Amino acid sequence: MKLITKRLSIQFDEGSPPFKFLHSIMLHYLVSCSIIILFASFSISAVAREITVKSGTKINTIQKALNLAQNGDIIKVTESTYYVEDILIDKSISLIGIGKPVLDGQKKSNVIIISAPQVTINGFVIRNSGFSNIKDKAGIRVEKCDRVRILNNLLENTCFGIYLAKVNGGTISGNIIRGNNSVIQSGNGIHLWYSNHINIYNNKIYGQRDGIYFEFATFCEISHNLSENNHRYGLHFMFSNNDNYAYNIFRNNGSGVAVMYTKHIRMINNTFERNWGSSSYGLLLKDISRSYISNNTFAKNTSGIFMEGTNEVKVERNIFLNNGLAVRMLANCEKDTFLLNNFLGNTFDFTTNGSENLNYLKGNYWDKYSGYDLNRDGKGDLPYRPVSLYSQIIEKLPSAVFLLRSFVAELLDEAEKALPSLSYVNLYDTEPSMHIIR
Amino acid sequence: MAYGVLLSLSSFGLFLMNEDVTKGLSSLLTVLLIVVPLVSILFTTIYIFNSYEFIELLVAQPLKRSIILFGLYAGVGISLLAVFWIGIGLPAIIFDGTVVSWYFLLSGSLLTVVFVSLAFLASVVTRDKTRGIGISILLWFYFSLIFDGILLMVMFAFSDYPLEKLTILISCLNPIDLARIMVLLKMDISALMGYTGAVFNQFFGSSIGIIVSVLAMLTWVIIPIGIALRVFKEKNL
Repeated sequence: MKLITKRLSIQFDEGSPPFKFLHSIMLHYLVSCSIIILFASFSISAVAREITVKSGTKINTIQKALNLAQNGDIIKVTESTYYVEDILIDKSISLIGIGKPVLDGQKKSNVIIISAPQVTINGFVIRNSGFSNIKDKAGIRVEKCDRVRILNNLLENTCFGIYLAKVNGGTISGNIIRGNNSVIQSGNGIHLWYSNHINIYNNKIYGQRDGIYFEFATFCEISHNLSENNHRYGLHFMFSNNDNYAYNIFRNNGSGVAVMYTKHIRMINNTFERNWGSSSYGLLLKDISRSYISNNTFAKNTSGIFMEGTNEVKVERNIFLNNGLAVRMLANCEKDTFLLNNFLGNTFDFTTNGSENLNYLKGNYWDKYSGYDLNRDGKGDLPYRPVSLYSQIIEKLPSAVFLLRSFVAELLDEAEKALPSLSYVNLYDTEPSMHIIR
Repeated sequence: MAYGVLLSLSSFGLFLMNEDVTKGLSSLLTVLLIVVPLVSILFTTIYIFNSYEFIELLVAQPLKRSIILFGLYAGVGISLLAVFWIGIGLPAIIFDGTVVSWYFLLSGSLLTVVFVSLAFLASVVTRDKTRGIGISILLWFYFSLIFDGILLMVMFAFSDYPLEKLTILISCLNPIDLARIMVLLKMDISALMGYTGAVFNQFFGSSIGIIVSVLAMLTWVIIPIGIALRVFKEKNL
């Protein structure tokens, strides 16, 4: 409930008076709603039982508690280490850890399997799942059920961290997933397959194969996560339409973030940084259409954005800072727009492999722009050509990269400024901004 | 003196202007590759021509000519090196202090001695001061620009062939290229260089590659000064 209130308040935060009025009405409505729900839950809890798992008592294993439990019950697990394997939760219960109890999978199989709707797992340390190259073994595996809630757990040394298959609706939040840093044996941190309407927020994922992996996952929200030092991608999207991701940080992953074969994605306020290596990208877009990329920061990546077969994507108000190549756009990209972005301190601002251009650049700030603004409207009077002559030469002749930072290379770029006809790539910003865009 | 002030001004300026140290270093690389060779070769040539009478006086003394030449070489070389170390080396180590700045120093020092050596060659082959300076400027121009230009043209002409290994060999023919590659591969920018970069990295990044490139640079010191010595010994002053 609190979450929904927060979302709505974000939506209505724009602050014009009618919205504020509406906002207050909404709040009243929400408050009354939540009171009703609170009462409702009290009345349920009157029916629901609490079962406590504690060593030394009669119920000393989770399995015993599960056998006793009915739908709607709460199982509280007290602080201890429990050695378990494939705990199957097939009733709609809440499993709550008191003082971070440890569930140790003894490196055998999955640790927890959930197959009932409306299950909550909160506050556990889950470690040592099995590792297998054939079966995907996970810390928490959720299969074919609805509205699962996985909150505030610490997952260590698990093959896959949290694995969702065919799940409708759910929340994954506040978890920390730490891989075992073995490239061969690691799976994905949070793995979604054929799932929809899942909220993933405030998680931290380190040292897995892919931090977050989506395949056929639709209508999901991914926000405020940190994905760092993963072996392959920080976030990996395939065939997953209509997802939003915002305020995430993807740092120092093997190959950055990959979004592939997908449409209607919104990527807002994310940070992609330090994805550095000869085949590493801040953001790799492959066969993407009708998506929106805005207010992100791309810093210190080998390629900030790498676009292949990307159509009708709007890239707006992003910052490209100190990348090797800020944007690499292959010739099969069409109808993409770049508006009001800042390009600062990149070795190359733009590279492409074709001469025809079907994309649109306007009003960006380029620190390499050296034109003038006679009528003082803040827009440069000469168009800016972001694809430098030297980068065009490298495109045709990869071994010319040998001359990087040599006097010749710098002279070539200067020559291009004096004689624009030297350049054959038909790509330019018609109204480059004279000032950094805030 | 002025050279020292110029170098230290440019390096401190570049480091203070850029919040990002690697960016400061990469701007300084341009200074290193253009200014250091130019000043080394010009300063040495002018110095030798200006002290020609003094050299004549020394030759009249019972001294070996080779000792006179090496004395001169050591004097000029050490002073230029000292200025380089204070002007660029100190700021680089203060602001950066990583392995990159040490490579920076190594390649800069080698460049300095290489171009001092070339200057000796330029100034013994002719008696005329203008011609001597002309030759040294031409040498600098050749190594910093013409060589790479020709290399680029050759690469275009033979672009169907795998040229990576050949370019490693060719780069040994130009001390400025050697210095640039040595520093570039230590800077994190090397990731930009893709496949070709990987080939270079494999060679120049390995300890054998570094030894080979340092040896190639030293050859660039020895051969010009050796020729200069032979000419100077035979020469009628």
